[in-house]
Amino acid sequence: MSVRTDRQVVDGLLPSPVPVRFVAEDGTAVEPPTGYPAPGDGQLLEAYRRMVLGRRFDRQATALTKQGRLAVYPSSRGQEACQIAGVLALREDDWLFPTYRDSVALVSRGIDPVEVLTLLRGDWHCGYDPAATRVAPQCTPLATQTIHAVGLAEALRRKGEDGVVMAFIGDGGTSEGDFHEALNYAAVLHAPVVFFVQNNKYAISVPLARQTAAPALAYKGIGYGIRSEQVDGNDLVATLSVLTTAVEHARAGEGPFLVEAHTYRMDAHTNADDATRYREPEEVERWESADPLARLETHLRDRGLLDAEGIASAHEAAEEFASRLRDAMNAEPETDPYELFDHVFADPTPQLREQRALLASELTAPED
Amino acid sequence: MTAMTMAQALNTALRDALREDERVLVFGEDVGPLGGVFRITDGLTTEFGENRCFDTPLAEAGIVGLAVGMAMGGFRPVVEMQFDAFAYPAFEQIASHVAKMRNRTRGRLSLPMVIRIPYAGGIGGVEHHCDSSEAYYVHTPGLKVVTPATPDDAYWLLRDAITDPDPVIFMEPKRLYWSKDETAPGDRRAAGFGRAAVRREGLDATLVTYGPGVPVALQAAEAAAGDGIDLEVVDLRTLVPFDDETVVSSVRKTGRCVVVQEAQGFAGVGAEIAARVQERCFHSLAAPVLRVTGFDIPYPPPKLERSHLPDADRILDAVDRLQFDDAPDVLHLAREAS
Ligand SMILES: Cc1ncc(C[n+]2csc(CCOP(=O)(O)OP(=O)(O)O)c2C)c(N)n1
Ligand SMILES: [Mg+2]
Repeated sequence: MSVRTDRQVVDGLLPSPVPVRFVAEDGTAVEPPTGYPAPGDGQLLEAYRRMVLGRRFDRQATALTKQGRLAVYPSSRGQEACQIAGVLALREDDWLFPTYRDSVALVSRGIDPVEVLTLLRGDWHCGYDPAATRVAPQCTPLATQTIHAVGLAEALRRKGEDGVVMAFIGDGGTSEGDFHEALNYAAVLHAPVVFFVQNNKYAISVPLARQTAAPALAYKGIGYGIRSEQVDGNDLVATLSVLTTAVEHARAGEGPFLVEAHTYRMDAHTNADDATRYREPEEVERWESADPLARLETHLRDRGLLDAEGIASAHEAAEEFASRLRDAMNAEPETDPYELFDHVFADPTPQLREQRALLASELTAPED
Repeated sequence: MTAMTMAQALNTALRDALREDERVLVFGEDVGPLGGVFRITDGLTTEFGENRCFDTPLAEAGIVGLAVGMAMGGFRPVVEMQFDAFAYPAFEQIASHVAKMRNRTRGRLSLPMVIRIPYAGGIGGVEHHCDSSEAYYVHTPGLKVVTPATPDDAYWLLRDAITDPDPVIFMEPKRLYWSKDETAPGDRRAAGFGRAAVRREGLDATLVTYGPGVPVALQAAEAAAGDGIDLEVVDLRTLVPFDDETVVSSVRKTGRCVVVQEAQGFAGVGAEIAARVQERCFHSLAAPVLRVTGFDIPYPPPKLERSHLPDADRILDAVDRLQFDDAPDVLHLAREAS
């Protein structure tokens, strides 16, 4: 392969020097960026409804941890524009590789919320059917899912399907080796995959400045020859536009795409974390004024696309959703200890059968 | 077909699998036009094209992770780790995903994939090229772990591994790559996947071993026969699933057992075998179950590897300690009387 260092090639891969933005923090439209089409009004309204519902779901899930109904919950409050734009940019037959942080995206994808929360409820499996939903199990070993996404994208390409794969990852995860291997493999294979980095500024307690010296995480793409972009991740319009462009780029056979969304994790890492130990309340307040949902709402109202009635009905739907979730989560989940042996292999080994029988004798022994 | 080396048998197995199932793909480092550093994939790119057998960028976690995604997408990847110690970067992918995907998805996603790993020593390799790493994989629930000792087994076990619905770590004893069977792999002769094979029948004691240990154990058995001791040799073939039945019935018959492994001994596969035999055959045992293993040292340099590797003498020394004089068992006595 020849060395491609001419300015045009390099510039074509580099992200914009400042994050792409359509809507300012106060909800007013800014000069639209070139190269990124504005999403349709209908899509924006749909995004709004989903963001309202997503936020309500997130709040409900956090509440469920307090009631002991969930073992742990990593909130994505403040990241709803990313969560919803990621899903809206994909077709139903595209694949999504989420992390533990992305429950809102999964709910928005249409997966039953109780199934989404299965692992966080303390069960041993992901809950939903990844093959049917085309959503991989939520991934906790950081960045490991990004390379699976490349493999799946390569599989789709080989089968002649025009599906695209989107891999979600956090800012901290971009320091892991697997992320870099994934970028490199994707570029070399020309796989139809979009890497979507939600830069929420923290990896548990570690701030971005300790994670990287790169000008922005989006610059990590250039070393691999991947077209990259950075976007204001609290601007739904911009995030949806950039992600849609990225997905279409991959679908058109133009190779992988890396998108970094600048956002903020409003809550602690999980309900078990205490964020006051590593960040100032003033910082959180500043981000409160950049809230993605309020911004989109103002923007849509200003443009006359949304009125009080529309807002109320979105909230009503979200309340109904939350109440159904509450009821469903009140029922004790049924767990079958014997099933622990069933999915280690397609056919349990003789040793697993013996151990299953041992457990049965323990569980059925008369108590003394 | 003429007699084949294990390397040729593996190559033939890959070739036949690629031919029979278009979902099968072969990839890894230098497996393309070069045919792999041990030539196991020789000629596959030429015959099946770059689409079916290809070189990847250098990154082992990447190779295994890519295989995970491709298996999720309906393919059956067979990937090569260039050497035992260079599979370590992929360990997180193997332990956290390859081994667990079926379980994490309650059986909805399976990963029919094979990770081939040339392993163990005896070829005068330099550091990082001779590790016996089987215990790491065997200790990980969700992985099947296979290691052939003959070309015929290499062929059939690899064919079976590729069609298996679960991920298989396929460990190839490097020093047996150039060993030959008398005949070519023909019809399936050996026991099925998951079953051990009795390589030599004997009545006085059982040597339980696998992979690179098998020829050494057979050599020891030949030497012992000269001294009037009749050793049975069991080749495990698959470490997971483990064939308790064959091992137990052999030891119950002979009443004595020595476990032979090339790997360092502490907490190794041999320890597991010794424990299982002791738990199941206690009343048939006339002597403690002994282990013959490599030492608990990083693999030594080529000049010193002979000091490290278990050889026939080390096995025979162990056999000597099986208390034939102290506690002659009934079978042995009866046979000597007749
Ligand atoms: C390989 C690995 N190392 C460490 C952890 C523990 N851990 C879980 S989340 C997390 C922080 C990740 O931060 P980031 O990638 O920014 O994602 P975020 O949680 O902010 O969404 C860490 C260190 C892990 N899950 N996986
Ligand atoms: Mg983060």
